[in-house]
Amino acid sequence: MKVLVAVKRVVDYNVKVRAKADGSDVDLNNVKMSINPFCEIAVEEAVRLKEAGVATEVIAVSIGDKACQEQIRTALALGADRGIQVETEGAVEPLVVAKLLKGVVEKEEPQLVILGKQSIDGDNNQTGQMLGALAGMPQGTFASVVKVDGDRVQVTREVDGGLQTVSLTLPAIVTTDLRLNEPRYASLPNIMKAKKKQLDVYTPADLGVEVTKHLTLVKVEPPAERQAGIKVESVDELVDKLKNEAKVI
Amino acid sequence: MALDFDSARLPNPNLTEAHEAWRTQLRRFIDTEIAPFADDWDEAGAMPDALWPRAAAVGLLGLGYPEAYGGTSEGIDSWYHWITAEELARFAVGGVNASLMVHGIGLPPVINWGSEAMKQVVAPPVLAGEKHISLAITEPGGGSDVAALSTTAVRDGDHYVVNGSKTYITGGMRADWVSTAVRTGGEGARGVSMLLIPTDAEGFSRTPLDRKMGWWASDTATLYFDNVRVPVENLIGREHQGFLVIMTNFNSERMGMAAAMEALGRVCLEEAVTWAQERRTFGKRLADHQVIRHKIAQMKQKLNATQAYLRACYEAIEAGQGNPGDIALLKVQASETMEFCAREAMQVLGGVGYLRGNRVERIYREVRVNAIGGGSEEIMRDLAARQYGL
Repeated sequence: MKVLVAVKRVVDYNVKVRAKADGSDVDLNNVKMSINPFCEIAVEEAVRLKEAGVATEVIAVSIGDKACQEQIRTALALGADRGIQVETEGAVEPLVVAKLLKGVVEKEEPQLVILGKQSIDGDNNQTGQMLGALAGMPQGTFASVVKVDGDRVQVTREVDGGLQTVSLTLPAIVTTDLRLNEPRYASLPNIMKAKKKQLDVYTPADLGVEVTKHLTLVKVEPPAERQAGIKVESVDELVDKLKNEAKVI
Repeated sequence: MALDFDSARLPNPNLTEAHEAWRTQLRRFIDTEIAPFADDWDEAGAMPDALWPRAAAVGLLGLGYPEAYGGTSEGIDSWYHWITAEELARFAVGGVNASLMVHGIGLPPVINWGSEAMKQVVAPPVLAGEKHISLAITEPGGGSDVAALSTTAVRDGDHYVVNGSKTYITGGMRADWVSTAVRTGGEGARGVSMLLIPTDAEGFSRTPLDRKMGWWASDTATLYFDNVRVPVENLIGREHQGFLVIMTNFNSERMGMAAAMEALGRVCLEEAVTWAQERRTFGKRLADHQVIRHKIAQMKQKLNATQAYLRACYEAIEAGQGNPGDIALLKVQASETMEFCAREAMQVLGGVGYLRGNRVERIYREVRVNAIGGGSEEIMRDLAARQYGL
């Protein structure tokens, strides 16, 4: 069984992001970039499926400029067998990403596509679902358990009310939640081996997709700074302030 | 541009995405497996044996050693070593690194000068984190004057009989083997040999040096040799070749220390900047007072200079032109920078820095071991002056 995993290059989760002075975007100058944590969980799940003898090949795909090859190499160091970069310029919207991924799915015909539920930069949480719709594949989103069983995959989903388990016919799409697994560290020997693994580059045109824009980024600004609190002398004063100043009761 | 640990690093065009990948993975490993516990280990003066196999699994222990013994050497250049030193410095518990990575000074004599049989026995378990090896040169009677060491190894049939003692031996309490400098011949450097001494040999004993200014987590020891019989096959390199073995070992140790010291200085900068932007005095942020701004600018200035010097030395080493004099002075540059940054960060932090359990406080206490160990500043300047043919 072939497994396709999507990985995205994002600002490292440890970085305190700052807006550019002109408010045009987040400042990415000299900022550490990493593989999106949810995508890393997706890679780990695929690699575990391979180690368990369920998957035969794990392919990592990323969409972006040349720099995203770094994240593909990380996926390869974590245990993916080969990589695909779909080369694009600038920001790409979820719908375009989903269309490009559909193109890769058609080329590679994986039985399972695993994606992060969302990326920590845009927090859109759309790509997996859009890919499911475009490719006509069933989807199990927010997965905390994934079990492949013959020609079906059981996905336990983290939903508001608790856990929901769905059974999907393969080929299917899974998006990962935080508790699906704890990704391993890529060891130094595996990082060195990853340099030699196959990495193919496609253009959107190769996949028959036109990169279009539907959204305009209007403004990026930091959240309002929190005002310092004060200590009140008595419960009465607190109630008074809540009523008359904060107007919340 | 920010002044956090990563942003305060000058660009280095030698770094590739594989280098960055190693940094990322190593940082994840350290942030999960070491950093949250390191302060407790330091306070307890001990760290768990289980850390070594974990560090081996991520490739940390095997960095730069031949694949045949379980290491990773293909494609490994100086930049991997620099990154490793930086990342190990970032959580700022020097004793953990000193003990965890002590094979970095204990094993190279075996790898570079030992017999194949010796390498086969020693290197794989050390690189797997199952066994430990230390380096023993300094003696109670003298340290920096290596050529004058007095521990003797007298040939008796197919054995050497070793008598004497060694002190300030990092990792000495845990070591299964000690690469030991001994006197096999006459006076001076030409009478020195390196001998691999197993610590289960009869007549070997050790005591911990557990009350130290810093490096609390490190199992530093004094070692005693009382008629310890060591097979002649345990000779590392040829007889009387010990001084050369020791001297070649020092360059990489000093590069690693210099890289770590610069990074420790950068941690001080990061902590000082964070605090200076938060803390308010006299109606404005500390960072808005000119005296504080100048301190921070000066820290960055010295760190920049040290980083550039580090890069120059690593580039020379990569080109096969490493210069021991330049490396010796780099170590001085780095310890002076670390000392300055620790001092200034402590001034910026004030009382909060003086409390135990923060990075600046630990670094402040660990300045001296870095400025003295691996060659004191005084010895480094002297060595450089000789190297330059003064």
